[in-house]
Amino acid sequence: MAEVRVEHVTKTFGDFRALDDVTMDFPDGGFFGLLGPSGSGKTTLLRAIAGFLFLDAGRIRIGADWVEDVPVEKREIGMMFQSYALFPNMTVADNVGFGLRVRRVGAAEERRRIGEALDLVRLGDFGDRKPHQLSGGQRQRVALARAIVTNPRVLLLDEPLSALDKALRVDMQIELKRIQREIGITTIFVTHDQEEALALSDKIGILKDGRMIQAGPPREVYRNPIDIFAAEFLGEANILRRPGGSLPSGGVIHLPATATDASALAVRPENMTLSATEPAADGLSKMSGILAQRVFSGALGICLVERDGNVVKVIARDEDLPDIAEGDTVWISWKPEHTIVIPGG
Amino acid sequence: MSAALAPRDRLRLLGLLTPAYLWLTVAIFLPLSAMLFFSLLSDVPFGDAPWHVTADNYLAFFQTTTYAKLLWKSIKLGLMVTLACVLVGYPCAYVLAKTIRGRAREALFLLVILPFWSNSLVRIFSWAIVLRGNGVLEVGLNAILPFEVDVNLMFSTPAIVIGLVHSYLPYVILTSYLALQAIDDSLIDAARSMGAGKLTILRRIVLPLSLPGLVAGAVLVFVPVVGSFMEPRILGGRVGTYYGTVIEDQFVAVFNWPLGAALSFILLAVVLLILAVTSPVLRRAQA
Repeated sequence: MAEVRVEHVTKTFGDFRALDDVTMDFPDGGFFGLLGPSGSGKTTLLRAIAGFLFLDAGRIRIGADWVEDVPVEKREIGMMFQSYALFPNMTVADNVGFGLRVRRVGAAEERRRIGEALDLVRLGDFGDRKPHQLSGGQRQRVALARAIVTNPRVLLLDEPLSALDKALRVDMQIELKRIQREIGITTIFVTHDQEEALALSDKIGILKDGRMIQAGPPREVYRNPIDIFAAEFLGEANILRRPGGSLPSGGVIHLPATATDASALAVRPENMTLSATEPAADGLSKMSGILAQRVFSGALGICLVERDGNVVKVIARDEDLPDIAEGDTVWISWKPEHTIVIPGG
Repeated sequence: MSAALAPRDRLRLLGLLTPAYLWLTVAIFLPLSAMLFFSLLSDVPFGDAPWHVTADNYLAFFQTTTYAKLLWKSIKLGLMVTLACVLVGYPCAYVLAKTIRGRAREALFLLVILPFWSNSLVRIFSWAIVLRGNGVLEVGLNAILPFEVDVNLMFSTPAIVIGLVHSYLPYVILTSYLALQAIDDSLIDAARSMGAGKLTILRRIVLPLSLPGLVAGAVLVFVPVVGSFMEPRILGGRVGTYYGTVIEDQFVAVFNWPLGAALSFILLAVVLLILAVTSPVLRRAQA
């Protein structure tokens, strides 16, 4: 177990800047998500921490050691791959025991620790199976057991759940979190699924074009995104480019005190309320538009409201939505504290 | 599985398979049957000489030790050439499959297959020019080295091995390359992340997973080399008497087809026996 620190890390492939001056702290024992669209450099950053690539510039520390010149096999890491990368020629037990065999811990100790690791992922009776005899979720657990059995200083997960179907993915999120808590290992994982990142992480880092845009606790980043990209990438956001104050077409937007001329405003769809008539309550920000589309998705209803050529999305419990036909005029309102100020605009 | 196929599919399957099986019947099964028949005759059934069915040709193999000794010599040659092909070809295939990418790989691949494109007889005589005394090799070495060396490999076992390795190396490279390329790179990454060094990865992951390809290549080399006659004859000279050259003599020099056919079938039986004995061992090694 150890903390990880990435300092000013830069990596280029030819003309392509995969990582551009990335700095981030991963305190001991935390669960960290690296999030970004494809090509943002999140996997490159993970592989840099693992040691699969040499940096052009910058430093990486694991525990007390600067490791940027240490090859993968000496870094004492555990890594789980997107494809799981189980050795097809070995049994589950041999897969899990591979790292122990390399470390020559002895046959008895090896057997004991394989058993412990398989019990931890609840696959105690599967040691003699071959990987091809397992289901996707079971393979994933074997890969996890294999990654942690050597007591690595840090656990790296590359899109750990992306190969599973949705129901299984939610189960595995809970399972992953449980195991991580139980052994208290510093864990860094890469995902393009923002929900997964929010659900699992103590701290997330959002990457775009090789740069770390914003890092922090999920709630904080969700509530105070640093730019429009972060606001739209993490959850959904209606970006308001209009200045505050009274609107010519009726309605009003109360500007938060921190807003400047350069900043943009954003409101999360779930914080907006839809009504057929202008809401009377004082102090609300509100504006009108035409209901373009209403989508029923079970618990939630999603409404798209058109206004001056822009589309505003509102999400609410379906039964809370007023009975309005598509094409009618509607009013959208929200509390002033739900107006997010995006400093950079 | 075919029980599950609809009649239409079965018909289509038949249509697709028939040409291949027809060709195999005409080109392999019929001539082989004819040869099997010849091997049981007392004399070639052409001309006026009387002939009858006999097992004498097979018994001849056991009546002297000459044939068995030659067969053993050929098997040893086969093992030597196969070993050399594996030692040279496997690393080459590994580099092609795992290290080199893009156009460089295509170019190197072309060089690997190049021997296939030249006539084998031309190839062997080219080696004769290289390997003989005062040949290309000797002149070349003496031009580089500060001291005088004598290199005359012609008419020796090394010359035969060199010629055969050159002819059959592409088989090992191609089959190994296919097997190695199929290995997911993330398996190697995973092994490294668990602390394994290069040798451990080779021994426990890369080699076991590519063994089927390597074995297929080795078999493709071993079988024809045991029966080879052209390379031993041209590059081996007086030491180039092997089981294959004796068979060839029966057909083209002595004109004793029945004995040649019988010797061929004994060779076939021995090779099949070797493969049958070794295959379970190899399968276990792979598991």
